[in-house]
Amino acid sequence: MRIGLFIPCYVDQFYPRAAVATLELLEKLGVEVVYPLRQTCCGQPMANSGYEHLTKESNELFIQNFKEFDYIVAPSGSCVLHLKDHLHSDKHPADAAAIRGKVYELIEFLTDVLQVEKLEASFPHKVGLHQSCHGQRGLKLSQMSEVVAPAFSKPEQFLNMVQGLELIPLTRQDECCGFGGTFCVAEEAVSVKMGKDRVADHLQHEAAYITGADMSCLMHMEGILRRQKSNVKVLHIAEILNAQEL
Amino acid sequence: MKEVKDHATLAEQFNIDEPRVNWHDETLWFVRQKRDRAAHAIPDWELLRETASGIKQHVLSNLHDYLEQFEANAKANGITVHWAADAVEHNQIVLSILQQHGVNRMVKSKSMLTEECHLNDYLEQHGVEVIDSDLGERIVQLAKEPPSHIVLPCIHKKKEEIGEIFHEHLGSPAGMADPQVLTETARHHLREVFITRRAALTGVNFAVAETGEFIVCTNEGNADMGTHLADVHIACMGIEKLIPKREHLGVFLRLLARSATGQPITTYSSHFRKPRPGHEIHMVLVDNGRSTQLGREDFRNSLKCIRCGACMNTCPVYRRSGGHSYHNAVAGPIGAILAPNLDMHKNADLPFASTLCGSCSNVCPVKIDIHDQLYKWRQVIVKEGYADKKKGMGMKLMTQTFASPAAFQSAGKAGRWLLKNAPFTVNNQLNPWYKQREMPVPPKESFGEWYRKNRKKNEQ
Ligand code: SF4
Repeated sequence: MRIGLFIPCYVDQFYPRAAVATLELLEKLGVEVVYPLRQTCCGQPMANSGYEHLTKESNELFIQNFKEFDYIVAPSGSCVLHLKDHLHSDKHPADAAAIRGKVYELIEFLTDVLQVEKLEASFPHKVGLHQSCHGQRGLKLSQMSEVVAPAFSKPEQFLNMVQGLELIPLTRQDECCGFGGTFCVAEEAVSVKMGKDRVADHLQHEAAYITGADMSCLMHMEGILRRQKSNVKVLHIAEILNAQEL
Repeated sequence: MKEVKDHATLAEQFNIDEPRVNWHDETLWFVRQKRDRAAHAIPDWELLRETASGIKQHVLSNLHDYLEQFEANAKANGITVHWAADAVEHNQIVLSILQQHGVNRMVKSKSMLTEECHLNDYLEQHGVEVIDSDLGERIVQLAKEPPSHIVLPCIHKKKEEIGEIFHEHLGSPAGMADPQVLTETARHHLREVFITRRAALTGVNFAVAETGEFIVCTNEGNADMGTHLADVHIACMGIEKLIPKREHLGVFLRLLARSATGQPITTYSSHFRKPRPGHEIHMVLVDNGRSTQLGREDFRNSLKCIRCGACMNTCPVYRRSGGHSYHNAVAGPIGAILAPNLDMHKNADLPFASTLCGSCSNVCPVKIDIHDQLYKWRQVIVKEGYADKKKGMGMKLMTQTFASPAAFQSAGKAGRWLLKNAPFTVNNQLNPWYKQREMPVPPKESFGEWYRKNRKKNEQ
C-alpha cells in the first residue's frame, strides 16, 4: 500500500511539526508514505470564498501529484472534505473522481482503512479535544450533538489509546471555533468572539493542551491563547498520537 | 442612495458590548439545549425529519397543482382567495380589503411574511394603524425596531429594557422588570385592542390542500383572540406553506414546536376552515420571489422551511452577531439563503456570514442543506459580480501562487522570513488577523524543506 501524503499549504509553512508527526505516525504503522514535492494547496480558500472557478489549475496540479497512490492522507479535515466534495477536472475527470474516493483525513484513515486498535504513545497531560466542524459534521469523524443517533468519536477513540492522557470534558461539545477560512478575517469580530468562547470552554475545564484534527482551527485558537498570554498550548492530534513522553 | 451596512460591520458593532453578546449567546444556547432534549426524547426523530423533508419535496415538485386544489377547496369553504405576485401587490390587497370595510385600525398576529413585505409601514402611510398582538412583536413594534428572530422576535432585549419600553408606552411603573407584571400590562393593553378591532390579520403555518383549511400555531392565543372578535380575518401566506393532506400535519406539528422552543407542541394549533355567518376570511397567497427560488435548482430546497428558527438558535455566528446584523426580515442561516433571492445586491454579504460549520443543516427539521446552499450562493454571487473587487484580486494572486509549486515555495519562504524579521509588516491594525490574535510563530523550515533533507530516498 502506497500512500501519498498531502500536507495543506499553511501546515507546510507554519506547522511542519504536525506534518512530521503525521508522517512518522504512518511510518510507524508500517505503511509506505511518499510526499510528492510539487504539492501546494487543495484550493479550499478560494472555493469557500466563492471562487471555486479559480481552482482549476490547483486541481490539475493536485491530480498530477496524487493520482498514482492507493490512498491520499492529510492531517486536515477541512481540506480533505473540500477535496472529497469539490475536486473536479474537465481534463482528467476519471482521475479526479478516483481521488475524491481515496482521499482520507488522518484519523479517518487510521480508523476506517488501517483499523488501528493499539498505539505506542504516551502523553501524560490534560487535553481538550476541539471537534472541528468539517471533520465532525462533514467527514463524520464523530457524532454531532444536533442529531438523534448513538454517540461516537473517532478522535476520542484514538486519544483514549494514549497512555497517561486525560481527556477533559467540554460544556459545549461541538461548538464551532469561528475560524472558517477567510471568515476569520472577513468577519473578524465574530470570529474572534467565537474563538475566545471556544478557548474559554477548554480553560474552564483545565486543559493544558488543546488538540484536534484540523490545524487551522488550532492556529486560530493558538493566536487567541497567545494574545491572552495563556500557557495552554495547541497540538495537532498527530503530534499527540506520535508522542513518547514519560 | 444610502448603502446598507454589511453583516460584518453590524456584527462588529454588536460585539462592542461583550457581556451583552455573552448573554445573547447563552439565552439562545439555552433554547437550543431545550430543543436537543425534546428531540432526543423522540426515538424516531430522524425518521420524522426525513418524512417531513419528503412531503415538502413532493409539494414543491407539484406546487401548481396543490395551489389550485387549495384554492378550489378554500373557495368552496367560503374563503375569499387572493393572489399576490410580490410584496407591493400583497400590501395593496390587504389595504383594499380594509378599505372596503372602512377599517383604519387592525390587529395582527404571527406573520413574518408581512415583515418581509413591510406591510406595517405601508399601512401606516395609508392611514391604517396596526397593532402587533404577540408579546415579542409588540415590544419591538413599540421600540420601532424590526424583529431580530423569527420565533423570538425580541430575544435581543433584556427584561429591564422591556420594562422601560412598557413604562414609556403602556404606563407600567418605572423600573419594573418583573416578566409576570410586564406580561399582565401587555395583556390589559391588548384586551382593549382585541375588543375594538374589526379586522385581524394572521400569518399561516400550514395550509392543507385537501381541505382548504389553514393552521396558525401560537403560544399566546392572540391570533385566536384577534380573529374571533373581528368581522374580517385576513390570512397572508407564502405559497410554499402548503401541505397535501391533513394527515401530514401531525409530522410537522411534532417537529415545529420541538425545533423552535423544545415544547412538544405549540399551546394553540388553531384550524381555520370557513368563516362564521356574517364574517369573512380572506386568504392572500403570496409569491414574492418564491417561484424564482423554486426555479433555482440549487436553492429550491430553501422553500421547505417551516420557520422554526432552530437554525438561528444553533448558529454560532447568529448567536454572536444578533438578528439585526442580517438586515433582512428573516435572519440567520435560512435568512442568508432566502435573502439573496429577494435582492442579490443588497444581500450579497449574507452567504459569507457563516463558517459553514453545518450545524444548521443538521438541526433543521425539514433537512434543508443550508450550509451547502450558502457555499453555492457564494459561487453565484462572485460569478455575477456582487463580490468585493479587492477580494477578487487577492484571490487571483493566490490562485497563481497555488498553481505553481515554485511560486508557492518562494512565497511561503518570503512570508516566513517577513514574519520573523519584519513582524511589523503583518503585526499591525491593518491586518484583521492580528487585531485580537497573534500570528503563528514561523518555523525555521517548511515541511517540504524538512522532507528534502530527511527523506532523501523518496525524492521524486
Ligand atoms: S431552515 Fe430549517 S431550521 Fe431554519 S427555520 Fe427553516 S425549518 Fe427551521
